[in-house]
Amino acid sequence: MNTKKEFKSPVGGAIVDPAKQSMMLAALYIAQEQNGYLTKEAVQQVAKRLGMTPGDVYSTASFYSLFRMKPVGRYVIQVCEGISCYLNDGAERVADYVSEKLGIKLGETTRDGRFTLETVQCLASCGTAPAMRVNDQLYENLSPAIIDDILERLMGEV
Amino acid sequence: MTNWEPVLLANVNRPNSEKIDTYLRYGGYEALRKALKMTTDQVIAEVKTSEIRGRGGAGFPAGVKWGFMPKDAPVKYLAINTDEGEPGTFKDRLIVERDPHSILEGVIIASYAIGAHRAFVYIRGEFFLGVKRWIKAISDAYQKGFLGKNILGSGFDLDVSVHRGAGAYICGEETAMLESLEGKRGVPRTKPPFPAQKGFWGKPTLVQNCETLANIPHIILRGGKWYSSIGTEKSKGMKIFCISGHVNSPGNFELPLGTPLKEIIYEHAGGVRRGRDIKAIIPGGSSTPFLTAEKINTPMGFETLQAAGSALGTGAIIVMDETTDMVEVVRRITRFYVHESCGYCFPCRIGGQRMLSSLERLAGGKGSKQDIDDLEYVAKGMYGRTFCPMGTGMAEPVLSGLRLFRREFEMKTANN
Repeated sequence: MNTKKEFKSPVGGAIVDPAKQSMMLAALYIAQEQNGYLTKEAVQQVAKRLGMTPGDVYSTASFYSLFRMKPVGRYVIQVCEGISCYLNDGAERVADYVSEKLGIKLGETTRDGRFTLETVQCLASCGTAPAMRVNDQLYENLSPAIIDDILERLMGEV
Repeated sequence: MTNWEPVLLANVNRPNSEKIDTYLRYGGYEALRKALKMTTDQVIAEVKTSEIRGRGGAGFPAGVKWGFMPKDAPVKYLAINTDEGEPGTFKDRLIVERDPHSILEGVIIASYAIGAHRAFVYIRGEFFLGVKRWIKAISDAYQKGFLGKNILGSGFDLDVSVHRGAGAYICGEETAMLESLEGKRGVPRTKPPFPAQKGFWGKPTLVQNCETLANIPHIILRGGKWYSSIGTEKSKGMKIFCISGHVNSPGNFELPLGTPLKEIIYEHAGGVRRGRDIKAIIPGGSSTPFLTAEKINTPMGFETLQAAGSALGTGAIIVMDETTDMVEVVRRITRFYVHESCGYCFPCRIGGQRMLSSLERLAGGKGSKQDIDDLEYVAKGMYGRTFCPMGTGMAEPVLSGLRLFRREFEMKTANN
């Protein structure tokens, strides 16, 4: 039995090109843009372009919390659960408030696919706590009234 | 209250502060012109004279770090750490969003001094505005001839590019950051070799926090001696202190190192909310040990905070009033570090999980004395026994929490 052959790397033991590999995170961001998460096809595409195996790409992507492996809603609400947000009546209080308003629990997506609710680690908004993020927009000094406004506006977006 | 003329934050409140024209109007890039007329040795000497220590948390003398870069290496790099993630810290985000050119000028001067022709900005993936501001600042600097070939006719070339992280606190650790820049999982490297010997792509690399770099133009313009005249014996210069938690006016305050904690809390940040007493203070970001109110006169410097039993870290002060549940605070901080552990070495990976289960039982009122003993045992076991400083950073809040507020932990086990 030729064990050597069996364990041969799928790319023939080729050495990864460091210049290509350095583009990994940027490539993953692009790959994620279209569907909001990394589809199997997207991972394969990145692997092909960088001259690596899909396993290599998946291994790296899974290390970083901003790369997703599952579909999410159009708006991803990320409530900061950091220490300063907690001390300023935020964190769970904000998350619970949003959760009740949208009728979804943490990690869930509304049935219409519009909102996903998550908690996130410190957003570096401790001086303007409580804070949350919706996609690429940061919201600070949150109060129930401000959260109502944000959600209402996003519900009305076409 | 002494009102100090701001150095690092002089621009941030001006309208359109992020634009290159605003920066130029107030003397921007003058330090670069001056530095390019100096020899590289003179620039490094000036930074050494200033005695500035790194502002990212570890506080290593910047001039010494620059001096470690080998002179004869043909290819060298500069990596700029904008991966601000330590809970309580929000200073780098402010500079990047409102005054990116002040950092960029420092980047160009530092690159010139160490002989790097390529610099990489590594920025937290969550900082969307910061990413935009960095990219805009860099492209404007190219247009004005501050970047690219033959900068200001000096013969010095430099290219700078921006790289987004993707949500991993550990990538703020310099070697993990280099791994991430190389497109890998952000697992810290074994040191030595240090980045100055083998960094990005195995080449000598200087890694520097962006607040540190923002100081450089001022050191060049006004001189290292001016800079070292500010501060305490071992902590020189101005520092941006981020203060948050139970204070009336949280925010960023730029003050000399050595300013007493009390002055920052009561005079600059407007004191504790509802006039309450202080129970605990975190002086330098959530991985630095707690202090109690009796340490309030401690000057905010590297050596002075160390003597008080804590550390300056990033200069992020979190104030907790007398009503604060310290077990919950320790649980929350530990949860952060457990979430962010890269999982590479076991004391951090398994120890963190063990501590968190005990803390969750205690915070939920279901803990026992055994949980307190376990916590202490595991935290002591982790301390100083991990590849990178994160394991120690995770153990610090637990150990100091138990040392200073043990009674609160015991109260939680009252009925069990």
